[in-house]
Amino acid sequence: MNKVYLYILLMAGVTYLIRALPLTLIRREIKSNLIKSFLHYVPYATLAAMTFPAILSATDYMISSIVGFAVALFLALNKKSLLTVAGASCFAAFIVELFLIP
Amino acid sequence: MKRGSFRDFLEGCQNAIPICLGYIAVSFAFGIEASKIGMTTFQAAMTSLLNVTSAGQFSALELIARNGSFVELAILQFIINLRYMLMSTALSQRLGPEVNTLQRMGISYGVTDEIFAVSIFKRGKLYPMFSYGLIATSVFGWVFGTVLGAVAGQILPQIFISCLGLAIYGMFIAIIVPDTRTNKVIAAVVIIAMAMSAVFTYAPVLKMISSGFRIIIVTVVVALGAAIIAPVKEESHE
Repeated sequence: MNKVYLYILLMAGVTYLIRALPLTLIRREIKSNLIKSFLHYVPYATLAAMTFPAILSATDYMISSIVGFAVALFLALNKKSLLTVAGASCFAAFIVELFLIP
Repeated sequence: MKRGSFRDFLEGCQNAIPICLGYIAVSFAFGIEASKIGMTTFQAAMTSLLNVTSAGQFSALELIARNGSFVELAILQFIINLRYMLMSTALSQRLGPEVNTLQRMGISYGVTDEIFAVSIFKRGKLYPMFSYGLIATSVFGWVFGTVLGAVAGQILPQIFISCLGLAIYGMFIAIIVPDTRTNKVIAAVVIIAMAMSAVFTYAPVLKMISSGFRIIIVTVVVALGAAIIAPVKEESHE
């Protein structure tokens, strides 16, 4: 199974290059206002797209995911910290799975 | 101080706690799958340590199991992980010109969805030491979970694995949602991106697009649209 190591190294190499090229090559501040604005919105769009609808299948049961999602939304809208939101979201799902699912 | 101090490192570690927990849950599943296709625990851990990419690693397992070609693996990883290029580009604007190539190469190692999220929204200056703290703590969780899953898939009750799966999404929500209250454009970006992502996930034909590409398409369309309609006037991250 030595081929497995080649697989691992190959995928690691490809993935690393994707990450490293922009970070090492783009050294100066981008001046174009369009690109700047684009990059400003990128994280919001990316994270939103990654969160929904994937969050609906984050746990084993959709109902616990939905409850966890709702709790996270509520706490985030009230500007609670990262740890609080993530922790409470997991805990809410835990309670749901513990008591509501046979 | 150019690199930042040990305090920045510790701050990074602390910020990565939700990532670490979420990673343990996700990589636990990866460890189980990896051992199922016959990888040793060492190979599974090595995969996690060198790649740190959930979608990329899971998709590679299927290919490795059926003894697929190297070219196919390279293309698969390139497509699935191309979104990191977008993230790295955005991140390059947060680093000062004094951050040298070696440090940039170090930070590059840890560009994942989650680490990117925390780094890009870091208040104030982004020091390499902060990034290293984030990366060390997150990767620890990622590799630890992999080993745990590969060695003893049965050790942790399933209910914990299930619920920990929410940690990462809870974190994403904590990062993007507060700003939607003060900025209408950001609120629109978040809602439209979520809606578009849902359409791409469930609609016929569109759902055949891989998750990596789905995220790239949604990001580019929505962020570009917002940039054209509502350009940002001043630096707003600092």
